[in-house]
Parts: sequence; C-alpha cells; structure tokens
Amino acid sequence: MSNAKKMMYINRKAPYGTIYAWESLEVVLIGAAFEQDVSLAFMDDGVYQLTKGQDTSGIGMKNFSPTYAALGDFEVNKIYVDKESLEERGLTLDDLQHLVWEDEDEDWAEKDSIRLVSRSELSDVLADQDVLFNF
Amino acid sequence: MGSIEANGKTYETDEEGYLADLNTWDKDVAAVMANLDDCELTENHWEVINFLREYYEEYQIAPAVRVLTKAIGKKLGKDKGNSKYLYELFPYGPAKQACKYAGLPKPTGCV
Amino acid sequence: MLHLVNKSPYDGSSLNTATSIMQNGDTLLLIEDGVYGAVKAGKAAPLLEGHSVSVLGPDLAARGITEDKLADGINVIDYAGFVDMVEANDKVQSWL
Repeated sequence: MSNAKKMMYINRKAPYGTIYAWESLEVVLIGAAFEQDVSLAFMDDGVYQLTKGQDTSGIGMKNFSPTYAALGDFEVNKIYVDKESLEERGLTLDDLQHLVWEDEDEDWAEKDSIRLVSRSELSDVLADQDVLFNF
Repeated sequence: MGSIEANGKTYETDEEGYLADLNTWDKDVAAVMANLDDCELTENHWEVINFLREYYEEYQIAPAVRVLTKAIGKKLGKDKGNSKYLYELFPYGPAKQACKYAGLPKPTGCV
Repeated sequence: MLHLVNKSPYDGSSLNTATSIMQNGDTLLLIEDGVYGAVKAGKAAPLLEGHSVSVLGPDLAARGITEDKLADGINVIDYAGFVDMVEANDKVQSWL
C-alpha cells in the first residue's frame, strides 16, 4: 500500500433527487477492488446519503442506503463527515447509520468508520490527498 | 434478453444469462444454469450461493471477489476462504459464476 | 396558486425564492429533495413560517425523515393528495 495513491471521493449531493450519490458509490466500490488508499468525504447535502431509516418503496427507486454498510468489507473505512453540514441541516451523528469495519489483524474487532470533522480538519485531510473525485 | 426453462417454468434473463429479476430465482433455475455450464451443484456450491443471496439481501450489491473470499473465510472457515477453493467450485470466476447461479446481477468490475 | 419546490434548500435558492414570492392563499408543496426544507431542526425551517405548507410522504420516507422531525403545521400528503392539490389550484408554479 505504500505507493498506493491517496484517493478521496467528495460527496455533496442528496440521494435520489439526482444520480450523483449512487454513481459515486458504484465508482467507489469498483475502485476498491484495486489496491488503493480510499477515503470518502460527505459534506453539504451529501450528509443526507448516510441517514438512517430510508425507505424508497413509495417512490419506485432502489434504496441504496444499505450498501454504505458494505464499505467496511471493501476496506473503505475512512469516512469523513463534515460537522457544520450536519448542524446546518438539523442532524446529529445519531441520525446517521453506524458504519463499521472489522480489523482482520485484531481478531475482526469492530471499529467505527465515520469520523466527524470540522471544516478546518476536513481541509487538512483534503490537502493530504493525491487525487480528488467530486460527486 | 433471453430466457431459461427450468421445471416447466420460464425465467427471463439478460444477454449474458443473468436473471432479469432476482425475485424470480429459485433452486431449480440455479441448477439448470449450472448444468448449462456442465457444472453439478454440490453442498459446497450451495454454501457460496446462499451466502451471496444473503449478502445481496443485506447490502443490495454483490461483493467483489476479494470481499467474497474474505467473508467466506470468516463465515465458513479459512480452508474455504481462499481463491483456490472458490475457483475449483466456480472455474469461470467465483463472483461472476456464483452470482449468476444465485440470481444476482452481474457484479460490477470483478471476476 | 400552488408552488412546487423539488430542490434542497441547502443546495440552491428555490425555497427562498418561492417563499418570498408566495401570497395569501397560496400553497407550497415540497417534493423530492425539497422535503429536506420541512425538517424543524434545519436552518431553512424559518422560511416556511406563515405559509401553508405540504410535503409528499413517499419522498419523506425515501429520505428517512419521520413526521416527528417536521416543522409545526406541515401537512403530509400522498400522490392522490398531490393530484387533488394541483386540481384545486388555478395555477402551478414549479421552482425547478
């Protein structure tokens, strides 16, 4: 992994209203099949993608919110959520899915994938990436 | 679009032989799909097929082969969680071939 | 007049514009990503004050928003109710 590029996917759109959220998730999952150092950022309306309790049976669209829980299996376990974006929308961490990954090296211990960050912390994380993808 | 006959029923498929609607899946169509590939389904095959169906039910996607291998190893034991074992069962590629028999859509970007 | 807003209030100015143009007797219906504007704890909620507001239930459910999260006085409708509202108004303005 040492010479793998650090790639970050930045998600800023709500799910269902546009196709960006699902497209991003598909690209992340395909990309994760290769050895990359992947992280995700959710900010602005992108934080809505991670909310609990989504039920799309009434609108005739695929509910892809369960797929975020598979990210840990795909070794995508650095998920940054922008605190300001949550607050502006009246959301807290409790409104989001509890995403975890299992650490094979520590007897499959469950660890949190989501990291709640301030704007300035997120700014530092972005500055540290090699490649940014925007959705 | 194509179709497969199993036990007197017709199942719609896409051009590559994957079921058009995963809700139409049953064990009969899985066995017929396998027979078309000269493959006889054993208990070991069913373990993987059932695992894939449960995985899809929970996450709404098929796992990539790397993910499948690791998860099978965790669930069914290390002797089964390796690509050699899975390729012996599904020589056309574990994720691709097993997903087909499980009635799942073709996995994106994997073998 | 019926005003339709289908965009998130945090990703554009549709809700702001719609609510500033609405007159007495007009109704606002939030659909698709517009339903995020109906959440009581959100910063956009004050825009709805003093207006007659409805939201489309199936779009709320899709986004995991339960009715207890909505601002006070908001009316939740289904697709049939949507049709009734369109019928009951002489004009429909969609703030796309």
